[in-house]
Amino acid sequence: MSPTPRTDADRTESAPPTPRLALHGITKVFPGTIANQDVSLSLLPGEIHALLGENGAGKSTLVKIVYGLLQADAGEIRWEGAPTVIASPAEARRLGIGMVFQHFSLFDSLTVAENVALGTGDRTPMRQLEERIREVSTRYGLPLDPRRPVHALSVGERQRVEIVRCLLQDPRLLIMDEPTSVLTPQEAEQLFETLRRLREEGRTILYISHKLEEIRVLCDRATILRAGKVVDAVNPREKTARQLAQAMIGSDFATPARAAAAAVEAPRGDGLLEVERLNLASGTPFGTTLVDVSLSLHPGEILGIAGVAGNGQFELLSALSGETLVQDARSVRIAGAPAGHLDPRRRRELGLGFVPEERLGRGAVPDMSLAENALLSRGGGADDMVSRGLISFRKAHGLAERIISAYNVVAGNGARATAKSLSGGNLQKFIIGREIMRKPRILIAAHPTWGVDAGAAAAIHQALLDLRDQGTAVLIVSQDLDELFVLSDRIAVMSHGRLSESRPAHEATVEQIGLLMGGVFETSDAWEADAHAH
Amino acid sequence: MRIKLEARAHTPAAVVYATPVVAALLTAVAGGVLFAALGYPPLQALHAFFIQPLSTLNGLAEVGVKATPLVLIAIGLSIGFRGNVWNIGAEGQLTMGAVTGGAVALAFYDVEGVWLLPLMTLAGALGGMAYGAIPALLKTRFNASEILTSLMLTYVATLFLSYLVHGPLMDPDGFNFPQSRLFHDSAILPVLGFTRLHLGAAVALFVVLAGWFVMARTLIGFQIKVIGLTPAAGGYAGFSQKRVVWLSFLVSGGLAGMAGLFEVAGPIGQLQPSISPGYGFTAIIVAFLGRLHPLGILLAGLLMALSYLGGEVAQIELGLPLAMTGVFQGMLLFFLLGADVFTRYRLRLGSPPAAARVAAAADKPKPAGEAA
Repeated sequence: MSPTPRTDADRTESAPPTPRLALHGITKVFPGTIANQDVSLSLLPGEIHALLGENGAGKSTLVKIVYGLLQADAGEIRWEGAPTVIASPAEARRLGIGMVFQHFSLFDSLTVAENVALGTGDRTPMRQLEERIREVSTRYGLPLDPRRPVHALSVGERQRVEIVRCLLQDPRLLIMDEPTSVLTPQEAEQLFETLRRLREEGRTILYISHKLEEIRVLCDRATILRAGKVVDAVNPREKTARQLAQAMIGSDFATPARAAAAAVEAPRGDGLLEVERLNLASGTPFGTTLVDVSLSLHPGEILGIAGVAGNGQFELLSALSGETLVQDARSVRIAGAPAGHLDPRRRRELGLGFVPEERLGRGAVPDMSLAENALLSRGGGADDMVSRGLISFRKAHGLAERIISAYNVVAGNGARATAKSLSGGNLQKFIIGREIMRKPRILIAAHPTWGVDAGAAAAIHQALLDLRDQGTAVLIVSQDLDELFVLSDRIAVMSHGRLSESRPAHEATVEQIGLLMGGVFETSDAWEADAHAH
Repeated sequence: MRIKLEARAHTPAAVVYATPVVAALLTAVAGGVLFAALGYPPLQALHAFFIQPLSTLNGLAEVGVKATPLVLIAIGLSIGFRGNVWNIGAEGQLTMGAVTGGAVALAFYDVEGVWLLPLMTLAGALGGMAYGAIPALLKTRFNASEILTSLMLTYVATLFLSYLVHGPLMDPDGFNFPQSRLFHDSAILPVLGFTRLHLGAAVALFVVLAGWFVMARTLIGFQIKVIGLTPAAGGYAGFSQKRVVWLSFLVSGGLAGMAGLFEVAGPIGQLQPSISPGYGFTAIIVAFLGRLHPLGILLAGLLMALSYLGGEVAQIELGLPLAMTGVFQGMLLFFLLGADVFTRYRLRLGSPPAAARVAAAADKPKPAGEAA
């Protein structure tokens, strides 16, 4: 399927009504990236319109522009047919645009009604407001007690407060940003009922998600974004989840030929890194709880973990790196040693190398020089940059220079350059180089080429493959399926805090993985279900 | 056309070091305006405030006397501030140090010995540390904001001192005045010539050097900086946030306690209900005015000491209220924080044509600084 930008081939109405909101050629540039490029989109009255795309595809930027939080650099917004500038959220609300954010903005210590009053600037007396909240919440099937304090509400109920707050303003366009990411399936079903009722009233809903099934169930049309551009506009009901996944991930997908040398055997005995039935309750309301995650990683192999961000990867990675300690020390074992209670330094001493997802702000301190950043992951006995608590900056400088030259890092001032002055790709090469230079027995890399230019990505991939060939056990967590297929010997998928069984990469298909990522499987193992095909 | 603050990709070093100077100049200008508004000749008042105290040898020594506690405390605070640990209660730790160190002096009243002053200093430092340990414990155990706990404990310390000098530590022959006995000679810091400049000043200079060394060269200093700048990177590296909290409070509390002891064993010579004109709070300004750098703190400490003296001179010469000192210190901090905005942002008028920016970014998605 080749991308068909901006044509709405699936729509068949003869005389389309005036769109409630039409975007033409919206472009938004941030320093270094183009978040939206020539995005056009029209939303009709009485439809639920999905905005579908992976994390980083530009969905959030686009809705922030619609809601007046950001201003487009180029392009036109038409509201009810008239060109409009939406300068602020207040103006958006005045026009009749409401938005429910993924992360709520509620005051825990105030009641529902007080929160509504604050959020809307409503000056009606509290008694009257409470009455209106009751009325609206019953009309739309969102039961709420206006007098309850927000801290006593469940996450689903808090979302209702946000929705009711929007509905009180009688919006004609309601934007929902990943609303079901925090809901139980039952709560989600209830929410869909509400949204359908709103649609019947002729309101427009812009529904942002990457969950394929719910879009197919709920939405009338879907616009698919990839890398800031509209790649397709479809009727999701006429597409399979598989087709949607393909459009979202990239239809130009081709499985690269792998070096046949990497023979993949069935897992043999205990690996260098063993995770066994790891359970970890999330510390925050928006985190993901890990459920019975098990994996084993062997020397000389690359295990890839696919999945849409926010499905527990962050939690798994921090449990592996030691930034979060887990209850049962034996649920994470490094070279046979129980490591669940060890801090990151100790785990490094056992031979763990770690490349975090956030390269600036976790993997490196933005305001420090590369020489100082070289010190960050020091550890292990042979290390001699620090002796008796004193730092040898000469040695740190030397190490930074060696990393820079070995990994072709382009840095203005060499080891003296601050981390934030490097481009994403160069900083990533530096961080990966720093970890590899420590000669780890296990390397864990999170999203190693996310936002990195093609040249740097190729260099990073090569470095990881070389490391594997030297016998290091490598674990890669990524959203980029191309990357996982290029690198991995085995692939597993993470969804809702669970990790699927792994399967040899050459046997896995994009479709299987896309379905697993979209949460199509929940209990049954999709690998098995698909095995009949082979 | 609109005025816009735009984040700087890179802050020139010159801007960082110029802001305290600019803030000091703005303070002088605003101070002059204030004097004029109050009906005092502005130049004469500024002269009395900033120049006159420096015109005599004794005046210079007095600057050193006032700068000593400020610098000692500010060095300790700056270590915490670098690590994002906000000890606002140095005044309380100073008071507790004066109490514990002073109590040692009184316990050995009239006992001669060269060991007494070191023992008092140690007791003062330990007292300050112990008092600083309370907010550290509350922070690491219960995640209570150290800003609030350390600040509130200040008043507890002041009242505790007041209770002691009204009760257990009151001078038995003092006609019921709320003060302790005058410390005997062995418990008084040696001074320079006829001035009041005492040995504590030398200790403060040593602490400046030690502070620089710790922050610049040691692993623990590096850990503090990493955790302060980017806590997530500290977690990634395996540095312990709790350790930094403890260390910051013990060091800053200890130095504040030592400063308190130097006050009572130096210029004051006894325990009184009030032993500090707010050194513990002013040291916060000193730390920031000095850019959290030991050498900067030394200079800022001298400037702030001058503001105390200037306030006194202006009070005597012009009959200005002593509150002028606080006003000047407040203005200095105000202008410093205001000027600091420009180290991270620059002013931009209007916005460049959108198309040009699109083209620029598309051409070279390189470092953010270049595209802007």
